[in-house]
Amino acid sequence: MSDAWRKKLTESIDFDDQEFYGKLGFKSGLEIHQQLDTKKKLFCHCPVGYRNDEPDAIILRHMRPTLSEMGTYDGTALMEFKTRKQVIYQLYRENVCTYEMDDTPPFPINQKALDYAIEIALMLNCQLVDEVHITRKQYLDGSIPTGFQRTAIVGVNGWIPYRGRKIRIQQLALEEDACREVQDRGHEIVFRTDRLSTPLVEIVTKPDMLTPYETAEVDGLLGRLMRASGRVRRGIGTARQDVNVSITGSDRIEIKGVPRTGDIRPLTHYEALRQKSLLELRERLNNRGITPETFKADYHDITPHFTDAEVFSRSGIPESAERIMVVNLADWQGLLKHQTQPGITFAAEIAGRVRVIACLDRMPNILVLDSQPEGMLHGELGLPIELEEHIRAEIGADEDDTLVVVWGPAEDAETGAKEIIIRAKEAIEKIPQETRQHMPDKCRTDFERILPGPDRMYPDTDSPPVALAPDRVSEIRNSMALRPWERMERYLELGLPRCLAGDLSIHRHACLFERLVAGSGISPLLLAEALVSWQKAITRARLEVALPPVAVDEDVLESFFTDAAAKKTPRRGLLYAFEKLLNGEDVEPLGPLSEGQLKTLCLKVIEEYEDYNFKQDRFKLDFLLGEVLERSEGRAEPAKVRKILKELT
Amino acid sequence: MNDDALKGYKGKARKVLSEMGARVWAEVVIDTDKGKYEGIILPRAEQADDEHIVLKLETGYNIGLAVEGIKTVKEKAYKKAHYKIPEQEFPFDPRKPDVTLLGTGGTIASRLDYRTGAVIPAFTPGELYGAVPELADICNLKTEKLFGVFSENMGPEEYITTAKAIGREIEAGAAGIVIGHGTDTMHHTAAALTFMVQDSPVPIVMVGSQRSSDRPSSDAAFNLRCACNTAAHGNVAEVLVCMFGPTSDSYNLLHRGTRVRKMHSSYRSTFRTLSDIPVATCTPDSVNPIRPDYKSRRSDNKVKVDAVFDDRVAIVYYYPAMKPDIIESLINNGYKGIVIAGTGLGHVNKPLYKPLRRACKAGISVMMTVQTLWGYVQMYVYDTGRDLMELGIVPCLNMLPEVAYIKLGWVLAHTTDTEEVARMMLTPVNGEITEREPHDGYLVFQGGLPEIEDFLKRRLR
Repeated sequence: MSDAWRKKLTESIDFDDQEFYGKLGFKSGLEIHQQLDTKKKLFCHCPVGYRNDEPDAIILRHMRPTLSEMGTYDGTALMEFKTRKQVIYQLYRENVCTYEMDDTPPFPINQKALDYAIEIALMLNCQLVDEVHITRKQYLDGSIPTGFQRTAIVGVNGWIPYRGRKIRIQQLALEEDACREVQDRGHEIVFRTDRLSTPLVEIVTKPDMLTPYETAEVDGLLGRLMRASGRVRRGIGTARQDVNVSITGSDRIEIKGVPRTGDIRPLTHYEALRQKSLLELRERLNNRGITPETFKADYHDITPHFTDAEVFSRSGIPESAERIMVVNLADWQGLLKHQTQPGITFAAEIAGRVRVIACLDRMPNILVLDSQPEGMLHGELGLPIELEEHIRAEIGADEDDTLVVVWGPAEDAETGAKEIIIRAKEAIEKIPQETRQHMPDKCRTDFERILPGPDRMYPDTDSPPVALAPDRVSEIRNSMALRPWERMERYLELGLPRCLAGDLSIHRHACLFERLVAGSGISPLLLAEALVSWQKAITRARLEVALPPVAVDEDVLESFFTDAAAKKTPRRGLLYAFEKLLNGEDVEPLGPLSEGQLKTLCLKVIEEYEDYNFKQDRFKLDFLLGEVLERSEGRAEPAKVRKILKELT
Repeated sequence: MNDDALKGYKGKARKVLSEMGARVWAEVVIDTDKGKYEGIILPRAEQADDEHIVLKLETGYNIGLAVEGIKTVKEKAYKKAHYKIPEQEFPFDPRKPDVTLLGTGGTIASRLDYRTGAVIPAFTPGELYGAVPELADICNLKTEKLFGVFSENMGPEEYITTAKAIGREIEAGAAGIVIGHGTDTMHHTAAALTFMVQDSPVPIVMVGSQRSSDRPSSDAAFNLRCACNTAAHGNVAEVLVCMFGPTSDSYNLLHRGTRVRKMHSSYRSTFRTLSDIPVATCTPDSVNPIRPDYKSRRSDNKVKVDAVFDDRVAIVYYYPAMKPDIIESLINNGYKGIVIAGTGLGHVNKPLYKPLRRACKAGISVMMTVQTLWGYVQMYVYDTGRDLMELGIVPCLNMLPEVAYIKLGWVLAHTTDTEEVARMMLTPVNGEITEREPHDGYLVFQGGLPEIEDFLKRRLR
């Protein structure tokens, strides 16, 4: 279902339609989080690790908002406080110490991680800071036991080339990773701490991408750049990206944790359309004369009206609901049915907020009572008409008003009712700046939390600033890896086809390739083929018969290819030997067979098959040719062998 | 100094900034040899070098820029931070008990200091309420800031002021007292108040926090709620320390002021009762005694305040190669009391005998406690002990070294007669010496053992 739905949503969309997105005012930026390949964590000496077994211990914490350095509360922080979550952390003896538990202050920052971050910042053409200040970025969702992430800017104002222009890099920060969420139900959220405090770099671009296609491409480019640095972790969960989208008239919306580059295209496309739809909703509201000043809404307790089972089943409200509240949105008739995303209406925006803020996560969590002419569809949830009319009369709502019912534990139901009013009011004013999560179809999104602002930043009083000595920086600059686009250019000049050059430019053996080409005189094309295509094919063949890949040291590869270049090993001979090498055999490449050696081999084969009865002579020649080539281990030219065989038979 | 336009900047950085006409809190564009930076110039920590300036970027991040590379500084706007929790008037409910919160400082009431870049005690208790509105569900709160000092700067003078303030509040009808205090020496103060404020009709609850209140994960709010609840509704009319039981936000322990000690430099559950069990557990809405022998709340307003202290007292933490001159210097400097934290059952080496004899002869009261912290001094078991007692050293049984130090200072302010001092020292005021140690008074579980790990797996830590 999800696949078919996704196909329907994505096919026949030109994600690079400059005119369409230009008219929308589509702008998109990226926040890429990439773990660094260090052995230890960023602020303690725990080994970086990934766990999926039973935790060794658990602890319980709560989070409270605090003042920012500038003396204000952060909006997200206050909102998350409303949710009153119990936060459970799962601990592992091997990967977590009292630092991650927030029971020990930080140790000095991991210098290796800082070096790696400096290197990547330089690759991104950033201006480095002279003194790294460790800052606390507050997260009240519980994803970090301290309630904040320790983070530090290493570079600002960078850029990378794309489509003949510059994509600006706003900043690169070195920070500790957060926990993994295991479960979020009602007022309890469970986090696993294994990933916590793993060093990562966060790269933030300016909103310089102008179509969904461009956003995905730049994401890929940045990913390749980091892999080219050789300083980053690989594998599932080691890189995550948040994507920002805005259109003309809207503010930045963040789509959190987009799993794959390819998902960026539909997600940003539909997000842009959602924003457009919300702007249209605002206009519809304004046309009805609903403005921030005239907006009218209130809520009432209607629990006593729910007495018989029939009412509960008609409305879909469970009989266990402690409190049932109704919100009256005056003159909102029909507007909650305003479509915001494919198959989704504005009511879902409200439901999302109620789910998160009031912890009412059993869906559906609201019931919309809207007496628009088309009325209730058959089977749709609602209230018996007499009861609805009775309630309307009691709370003074007429038929132009939309009622929204919310239920749950007493306090949560009230929080939910208040939140419905807050979200409805926002629709009149602006598109609220949110962090949104993607739905399973990876096309549409749902509310996750309010987008935090700069007010959640606070200097880390536990860590002194770290000055970056010019020597340290220039040393890193001198040994820095080539950027993928620089490599690409160089490889194209060497005559490699574009796809091979692309793969090689982010390949782990890219440096080896460059050394060998410069030093051994081996053919760049042949070497690139061996390192990229052959290696991939041989490894895959092993995997097909359940054999693990053989790890061959880079210096073994280096001497192998140097040797092959010196001996002028022909292409087939190289493949023959290389396959053996990657299957764990001790092998050396050999040069081509001499004329004499070839003749001897041909004679031997001819003799062996002298009595063999071939139906036609040309079959015989082909057969012998194949046999000789096979036995030559790739060290003979087919044309040459054919010629010799012809002469000898 | 507070209005210094270049707060915290010195030397080269100060010179460059003032030449450029820059000032802190100014929103600026700084042109450097690396490129342009935009942000707000922040004050600098005084201990930091004079090579860099601190800039807050629009994103809220701070960065440091080398002054050497700065070409120009252009001011665009000016915005001074007002770091202040919105102060709210505490709602009064005639049905709720009146609690007085006395502030002394410490991380339960702290904020960022630009001078040092560290946290300093600066919130008034009133502001604290702005941050923890739940307190209004518990009691009516009256707050008074006695002083704002780090707990290591608490001393006899502060003990006396605090004790008198408590007496005054109790006589004025407070249903309970809460004292906000830094955690480092909270157990010293708890002991001092136990001796200085006796026969209180209401709970006197000391509270602090191990994670400062500028952190979302702070234990301050939970501790404060627990403490206020204990003071308002608890039945234990003693000097208590109210701090985390486990490291989880789960429940607090109420420790007797004379048996409690800070045992971890940073853990939330750092306070432990030694050689005994705590008095009670508590939460923001319950107090559950776990032993029967506590002093119950009374309805009168009578309290005995005996706030005196002689600070010519020292603690000597014995180590194997200690030389006589350590003791001699105390004698020569006019000290009146010495508390030794001895090894094992209460021992020191032979070379110290001579100066110790001299000390006793000079009328100095010398007390013996154990550096094992748990357990009793027992000086009869070995000859060493008997020799020491012969010198006139008083074995303080299972009194904690810090408590013995505080008590000796308090006793010496009453009398310097060594026999009377010994008698007072060995007459417990409230649990500083106990007659018996229960089987579970000493529990330090060893991590890594299967049965312990199994236990930890199943419970909130």
